[in-house]
Amino acid sequence: MCVTCGCSSDENEVKIIKVDAKIVQHSHLHNHGNGPHEHNHSHDHDHEHHHHNHNHNHIKEIDLEKNILHKNDLLAERNKGYFEAKNIFAINLVSSPGSGKTSLLERTIADLKNEISFTVIEGDQQTTNDADRIAALEVPVIQINTGKGCHLDSEMISKAVKQLSPKDGSLMMIENVGNLVCPAMFDLGENIRVVIISITEGEDKPIKYPDMFYGSQICVINKIDLLPYLKFDMEKLKDYAKKVNPNLIFFEVSAYTGEGMESWYNFLRKSLKK
Amino acid sequence: MHELSIATSIVKTAEKEVQDNGGEQVLEIFLEIGKLSGVELQSLYFIWELCTNETVLHYSKLTITEPEGIAQCAECETEFALEKIYDSCPKCNSPFKNIISGKELKIKKLIIN
Repeated sequence: MCVTCGCSSDENEVKIIKVDAKIVQHSHLHNHGNGPHEHNHSHDHDHEHHHHNHNHNHIKEIDLEKNILHKNDLLAERNKGYFEAKNIFAINLVSSPGSGKTSLLERTIADLKNEISFTVIEGDQQTTNDADRIAALEVPVIQINTGKGCHLDSEMISKAVKQLSPKDGSLMMIENVGNLVCPAMFDLGENIRVVIISITEGEDKPIKYPDMFYGSQICVINKIDLLPYLKFDMEKLKDYAKKVNPNLIFFEVSAYTGEGMESWYNFLRKSLKK
Repeated sequence: MHELSIATSIVKTAEKEVQDNGGEQVLEIFLEIGKLSGVELQSLYFIWELCTNETVLHYSKLTITEPEGIAQCAECETEFALEKIYDSCPKCNSPFKNIISGKELKIKKLIIN
């Protein structure tokens, strides 16, 4: 239920929540189906007057040839322009739930926050748990709750970014909803997409969910501290991933022990300088 | 279930087109959804009725064409059928390729009145 427009559709309600160490502000977007809407719903009320009575037969053929997600793509381009103008490097972090996206972020921010200014957008269906973890590190963070939505879209990012007003030259980390399928289709305007996979997920994830690996440029392999305890073949995973996307660049890390994190950090430093 | 986003995007576009063209409803809609687009047609059909109910698409006839996946090898330029996005070139086995068909996600045409 939205106070602004009185709309009461709970279905797929999207909330954007600024999480502060002290204050918690609320602001929301909502919609009736998917993605935040813009208060311009045109529920053709004239439909109630029986149009068959008018008896006019203006049949018109429209050759549209339009991408179904053109609205998302358009807004993604705008986000991209905003990031470019402010010299912001934006990363879209995608993975299945539980691969360690938030842990990777926590460790990265804790280790680099004195040299890099971070801004974080957290996407989850419910709760501000992830944003709370990031807020504890005292960096600006916004939680987007997608309700029943299974991915972030460019409009959510556009609204969240307006609230966050990130610093020029900062690193924008967008943690997508944990899901290896749906987020693959939605460009957010990011500079790069990073897919994270933990070694507990098995080697064949890349060919089971190829779209996500196809659309990413970087693959972070997390939880390598567990290698001694698992039957896991690192080369096999990489072979599968390279079969899907031969240009993929790998980082093997443990966000828990810190092993391998330095090369990931160097990559971030280098990306920000470009 | 990103098919929900797909369906609602289609509804929004159709509503705008009908409005811009001074029409009332969509009689027919033609979509092109490639086999490698990542959209499950079964899921899309499943939610289509729900999403189009009481919109300009309520009574429209839905036609979907599904272009097959085709790629061209970036090394030897062989054109080949791409069943899975990770198929390699059948001739030289290179994984580097350009996808030329199968990723379509388009509203081709609307017939409105």
